[in-house]
Amino acid sequence: MAGIVASIKVKQMSDVIIDGPNVAHAHAHDEHHGHEHHEQHFIMKYLFSMDHKIIAKQFLITGIIWAIIGALFSVFFRLQLGFPDQTFPIMEKFLGEWAKGGKLSNEFYYALVTMHGTILVFFVLTAGLSGTFANLLIPLQIGARDMASPFMNMLSYWFFFISSIFMFVSLFVQTGPASGGWTTYPPLSALKEASMGSGVGMDLWLISMALFVVSSLLGGLNYISTILNMRTKGMTMTRLPLTIWALLFTAVLGVLSFPVLFSGFVLLIFDRNFGTSFYLSEIFIGGKALPHIGGSPILYQHLFWFLGHPEVYIIMLPGMGMASEVLSTHSRKPIFGYFAMIISLIGITVLAFLVWAHHMFVSGMSPFLGSIFVLMTLLIAVPSAVKVFNWLTTIWRGNIRFTVPMMFALGFVSLFISGGLTGIFLGNSALDIHLHDTYFVIAHFHIVMGVSAFFGMFAGIYHWFPKMFGRYLNNTLGYIHFFITLAGAYLIFWPMHYEGIAGMPRRYYDYSAWESFRHFTSLNGFISIVSIIVFFAQLLFVFNFFMSIFKGRKLLTQNPWDSPTLEWTTPINAGHGNWPGEIPEVHRWPYDYKDDGNGNDFIPQTVPLKPGEEAH
Amino acid sequence: MSGFIAIALILLVFIIIYQIAKASELAMILRGEEKVKASTNRLMAWLLMAFFLLGLYGIWECHELMMPKMLPDSASVQGVQYDSMYRVTVIVTGIVFFLTQALLFWFAFRYQSTEKRTSFFFPHNNKLELIWTTIPAIAMAVLVAIGLRNWVSMTSEAPKDAAIVEIVGKQFNWIVRYPGNDGVLGTRDFRKIDDANNVLGLDWKDRNNMDDIISANGELHMVVNKPIKLIIGSRDVIHDVGLPHFRMKMDAVPGIITTLWFTPRYTTAQMKEITKNPNFVYEISCDQMCGKGHYAMRGTVVVETEAEYKAWLASQQTYYAINNAPAAAPADSASVAPTGSEQPAEQPGNNNQTIVKQ
Repeated sequence: MAGIVASIKVKQMSDVIIDGPNVAHAHAHDEHHGHEHHEQHFIMKYLFSMDHKIIAKQFLITGIIWAIIGALFSVFFRLQLGFPDQTFPIMEKFLGEWAKGGKLSNEFYYALVTMHGTILVFFVLTAGLSGTFANLLIPLQIGARDMASPFMNMLSYWFFFISSIFMFVSLFVQTGPASGGWTTYPPLSALKEASMGSGVGMDLWLISMALFVVSSLLGGLNYISTILNMRTKGMTMTRLPLTIWALLFTAVLGVLSFPVLFSGFVLLIFDRNFGTSFYLSEIFIGGKALPHIGGSPILYQHLFWFLGHPEVYIIMLPGMGMASEVLSTHSRKPIFGYFAMIISLIGITVLAFLVWAHHMFVSGMSPFLGSIFVLMTLLIAVPSAVKVFNWLTTIWRGNIRFTVPMMFALGFVSLFISGGLTGIFLGNSALDIHLHDTYFVIAHFHIVMGVSAFFGMFAGIYHWFPKMFGRYLNNTLGYIHFFITLAGAYLIFWPMHYEGIAGMPRRYYDYSAWESFRHFTSLNGFISIVSIIVFFAQLLFVFNFFMSIFKGRKLLTQNPWDSPTLEWTTPINAGHGNWPGEIPEVHRWPYDYKDDGNGNDFIPQTVPLKPGEEAH
Repeated sequence: MSGFIAIALILLVFIIIYQIAKASELAMILRGEEKVKASTNRLMAWLLMAFFLLGLYGIWECHELMMPKMLPDSASVQGVQYDSMYRVTVIVTGIVFFLTQALLFWFAFRYQSTEKRTSFFFPHNNKLELIWTTIPAIAMAVLVAIGLRNWVSMTSEAPKDAAIVEIVGKQFNWIVRYPGNDGVLGTRDFRKIDDANNVLGLDWKDRNNMDDIISANGELHMVVNKPIKLIIGSRDVIHDVGLPHFRMKMDAVPGIITTLWFTPRYTTAQMKEITKNPNFVYEISCDQMCGKGHYAMRGTVVVETEAEYKAWLASQQTYYAINNAPAAAPADSASVAPTGSEQPAEQPGNNNQTIVKQ
């Protein structure tokens, strides 16, 4: 792999603005390596690129496209939920037969909620989030020229791409895409007789997800080996920024749990196509008794949630890491409790594997087993609480600059608190009995792993956009985007808690026949209207994103946020290989926000300790 | 065509907003970047504070609007435990919520960047970490203790005198079976199921089945203040018996028998008075996604006095008698045998019966 790194084009220094300590390096390098420069073809440079920075952008842009599709689906089904007795001809334009006369069919309603969940959980908040920021930040922040295996890294993206194609195609098959919920519990997902979406759509879903697991494993193994082996001189593990720690544990979670999901899918494929009975037993459907005996649908739930729960943390941890970084940088103050943050990350990672069955308290699982999972689940609240208190103390007595990334990081903490606390209800089995599968659950997980994770992602995008594209995102639009999204998120999900406490079940197409739930109709309408507004605010962000790539204000300094971490020592628009000269050496921890004696309030990681200065 | 125009319009609006936003940034550079940055910073600090205060008002307003729509007091004895535990959890998490959110927004406002301010270098403090590890741990331990005590009592064995009723889910309705005079549910086999005359696949060789009753309209009858144990099953996919008024819920899983027991506190008639709603009815909601008719898989519960229950039971015919009488010969079964997924509201079994309209 060293060969690949060495032969990569390094962007000519003449069109790069450099300041700071690297100037000397850069010029020395220019003379030395100038003759290696050769133009790469567009396809190799932007499509089949092995540069981690390009791959990060590929993940991000694919993720954005998926996010628009997933969010649009939620607008469609929110229209149905909010206004069940009205028709929306515009829906027919998008969905054709599935929304005849502008009325969403119940079958396609279920397809939409299923795809919304699948897309957002896996394609956006796993691939789009980890894929983007692990790729972008790991080499840049640890001081490496690229990933341990740039080729595997490229494969990781292309497996994700093929997986995306399969999922996208499944939207257009005649029987519709998978429609058994994003958890695809058998027997519903296993039997073609049980639902239209359990036909070809489900096969495509399984193929797509299997490829997705491959992509995720290729990426994860790469991230772990890069972090462990390729840190620059002086970059000990305890000098890593918290983003890297978080991305490391994210990858560990993925590598250990995705294979279990894969095995669950393989058994499901067998049950669907080859007559096995892993999950099926004593079923009478479509007018006849099926031959399957002895399987257990609960087995699938165990296999699914063994990934499914760590998956929640796969989504949360990158946001936590980035929020830590952003809060510290824009408060001009070191992250409080660096080691406590790492230990709590370890705590969350270990416990994440021991809580999965809290999704199954009412599945018929042994109540004794349930009590153990209650204990483990509430235990995981402790490291989460430690993180929140550390974030609060980080901004305490800071010198806070309300940049757009900082706003999103603050929003992240607010939402994480709100969504985390409702987890204490659901993790306690006696309360979960009533709240299980109601809108309370929807409100809980949308706030904590939906919106909060998105806020972490937005904080990251606004913070590192200048690193990615050498330009800024537009600030004014960023602030508008922030306030509409934060207010919208609370307006949408806060009232849903009440619906859930009133027992309103999730995944219902229409509540008007229910004496117990129909008095929420006007509230549902309100929620739908807000969600449409929030949807357009996201489009505004997408617009800002793509416009700013080409038209945004140009970056004039190498280190726009005055951040001490390594990624800001690379030139603006760094080429493949990141540092034109030698990789800088690291001498201190990443959060030295103190007077450097020259009027700056931070000391970069590359600056040696002064005589008599205490290392962190 | 109108769709294209709409999209073009949206795009146009975005471009206009973007240009205005960009112009404002250019103006900022002209007016002096540092000065504008400082004023933006102040503005954002105030806006965040305003958001927090408006948010508090919104929470109060939402609470006022929603409280009248909440469920009445638990209709089961076990649900009373749920209600009190729920209240304790709301108080604990509520305190933490308001405290941490207030700190977050206050710190953000109080420590906004100014020219004079320098940040306080405060990288760690083990005593603080210890405090805020221990306190949540203790709070969690208390909640776990309350939770497990209730969990153990809710999932314990049903009392010996509990009435036994079987409830079986299928796409997309519930079938309810009462054990009849012998108090025993006879055996059933999914291979014997026939939608025309044996919806549960009762084994007619088993004498215990002879007096079993399958309620005609799928109603689940129970006696007030008498424990009832539900034997829960499913014919096809996973369903879930959701009883929000009783704070109870249990999955119905094909191939596995699950159970659930509780003691109803109020009859349906009493509940109509409590809620002041003459249309009040206890509903069974399916709480596990089961296919396209999931949202319409509605069952009803009737809680009544012992005397009313006995009178109702006496009016019921045994399932055997209904389906093995000469009138219900296998010949006419073909015409009514519906396939599982045709329509949400189909009949369980006998063709003379109607189920709750959905």
